[in-house]
Amino acid sequence: MENNKLMKLTLKIWRQKDAKAKGGFETYQVEGISPDTSFLEMLDILNNKLIHEGREPVAFDHDCREGICGMCSLYINGKAHGPDSEITTCQLHMRKFKDGDTITIEPWRSAAFPVIRDLVVERQAFDKILQAGGFVSVNTGGVPDANSIPIPKADADESMDAAACIGCGACVATCKNGSAMLFVAARVSSLAKLPQGRVEAQRRAKAMVAKMDELGFGNCTNTGACQAECPKGINIAHIARLNREFLSAKFKD
Amino acid sequence: MEDVKAIRNGAKKASDIEEKDRDYYLERRYPAFGNLVPRDVASRAAKERCDAGFGVNETGLAVFLDFKTAIERLGEDVIRARYGNLFQMYEKITDVDPYKEPMMIYPAVHYTMGGLWVDYNLMTTVPGLYAIGEANFSDHGANRLGASALMQGLADGYFVLPYTIGDYLSKKIQAPKVATDTPAFDAAEKAVREKIDKLLAIKGKHTVDEFHKKLGNVMWEDVGMARSKESLERAIAQIAQLRKEFWKDVYVPGENGEFNQEIEKALRLVDFLELGELMARDALNRNESCGGHFRVEYQTPEGETLRDDEKYAYVAVWEYKGADTAPEMHKEELHFEVAHPAQRNYKD
Repeated sequence: MENNKLMKLTLKIWRQKDAKAKGGFETYQVEGISPDTSFLEMLDILNNKLIHEGREPVAFDHDCREGICGMCSLYINGKAHGPDSEITTCQLHMRKFKDGDTITIEPWRSAAFPVIRDLVVERQAFDKILQAGGFVSVNTGGVPDANSIPIPKADADESMDAAACIGCGACVATCKNGSAMLFVAARVSSLAKLPQGRVEAQRRAKAMVAKMDELGFGNCTNTGACQAECPKGINIAHIARLNREFLSAKFKD
Repeated sequence: MEDVKAIRNGAKKASDIEEKDRDYYLERRYPAFGNLVPRDVASRAAKERCDAGFGVNETGLAVFLDFKTAIERLGEDVIRARYGNLFQMYEKITDVDPYKEPMMIYPAVHYTMGGLWVDYNLMTTVPGLYAIGEANFSDHGANRLGASALMQGLADGYFVLPYTIGDYLSKKIQAPKVATDTPAFDAAEKAVREKIDKLLAIKGKHTVDEFHKKLGNVMWEDVGMARSKESLERAIAQIAQLRKEFWKDVYVPGENGEFNQEIEKALRLVDFLELGELMARDALNRNESCGGHFRVEYQTPEGETLRDDEKYAYVAVWEYKGADTAPEMHKEELHFEVAHPAQRNYKD
C-alpha cells in the first residue's frame, strides 16, 4: 500500500494461433500499473490496449479470480502461478514485481495439455482422469441421515486438505516428467480417507492411474516440485497414499 | 476524519487508532447484535460509511473488520483453524496480515441471486432443460451468506433432482438421439451466426470490457443493495442508452470460427444488458422492500425492510418478448398457510 508508484513493465508473452501453429514470444509494454493490480488485471489492461491498437488480444484462462476455481494458469518467469507460494495467478499481485521488470509469460507446457491458443491450454485430460474413478457410488432412494456415518475429525481434515486441489494443472506443468501424480493422488486420497469413498478406493486408484498413463502424463520420480508449486499446498504424502492403494490393489489382482 | 486521511495516505495503520477514536458503527447502530447483524444490513451500513467519506484504503472503498479481540479471546490457533484459508487469501491479495492488522472489507455483488423460472420439479420453460442451484428462483433472502450458492446447488442436486428428473427421463428413455438436421436447429444456428457476424461487423471504438464496466457501475450504483424509484428509472434509461451505444460502437476483434474470447465476452454482455434492465424493471415494479430487494422509500424508522403483503405477495415472472419489446409480467400468488411472514427486528 505504501508503494504508490505506478509501474512500467516489459512483457514477453507466448503467442500461438492454435494447437498446430508454431508459437513464439512477442514483446509488449504496459505502463501505469499499480502495485495493487492483480496479475490478470494487468493482462486485462494490456488486452484493452492491444484491442484499441487494432492488435489481437492475448488469450488466457480465468474465471472466479478468487483462487478457488482452477481456471487460471500461466507460467510466469519460469514458475507456475508466478513468484509467490500457495497462490493462483489471479491472486498474484503486481507488487511482487519491480518497476522496469521484464516478465516472461508462458502457457502450461506438457504433452497432455496441448495449447489451444496463446496461454490457453486444453486440460480435458484431467476431466477424463476424474471420469475414470474420481467419484463415489451411492444408493438411490432416500437420503441417508448426515450423522449416521461418524468420521474422525483427523480423517475429515486430511480428506479436506486433499480435496483443496482445484485441478489447475500447475503440478503437471512444473513436473519435469509432466506427471499428474499429485492431482490423481489428491483425488484418490481425499476419497480414500472417507468411509463413502473406501468401497471403491483400490479400484479407483487403478483406474485413475491407468487413465493418467494412457493420456500421456509422465511418471513420478519424487522430485517434489509439484508440492512446491501447488497453489493449494497439497502434500506429496498423498502420493504415498495413492501408491499404497494402487499397490495393494495390484497384489489382489 | 483526520484518522481516515492518515490511513488512506499511509501515515497511520489501523492498529495505531486508539480504542476511543474508533467508530464501531454497527455496534453503535445495533447494540444488541453488533457485528452479527445480517449481511444485507452490514453491507448497506458499510457502503453508507464509505459514501459518507469514512472509507479507508486508497480508494476509500473499505471499512475495517478487526479480529483483535476475537484473537485475544480464542487464541490465534482457533481463528486460524476457522478462517485460515480466508485469511491466507486476504493476505495474498492485500499484502496485509489479518492476524495483526484489521481487515479491509467492502460489500460486493456476486451473482444475481436467482433468475430462471422453474417449476416445482426445477424444469425451466424449455422442456427437458432443468436449472438447479442459484440459476433458478433462488431460496435466499436478504441474509444471503457466503457459500449459499454452493448450498443451493447441493440441495437441489441432492434432494430435488433425484426425485424429479427421473420422471422426465422415464418417458424419454426410448427417444432417439436429437437430430441436428431439423428446421429448428437450422434456425437456431443461423440466429447465433448472424448475431456473431453482426457483432464482428460493428468495428466501433470501444472494447467489450469498457461497456461491461459501465453496465457494472450502473447496476452497482442504481440497482444495488439499496434502490429507489429515481435510481431505477435512471438505470433503465442508462442501460437502454448503453445498449444502443454497444450495438453501434463496440469493437470485437478477431474472427468467427477461431478461439476468440472477445466474442464470448460480447455475447455474455449482450445477455447482461438484457438481464440488468430486467432486474431494474422488476425492482421498480415492486413498491416494497423484501428479501434482497431493498427500496429506500420502503423502510421502517429503524431502517428495516418494509413489505407490502397486500399488494406484493406474489412472485413476478417475466416473459421474454424479444430483444426490443418490454417483457410481460406474470404473477404467481403466494399463500402462507402455516408460517406467516413477519417483520424482522435486529434492534432489540
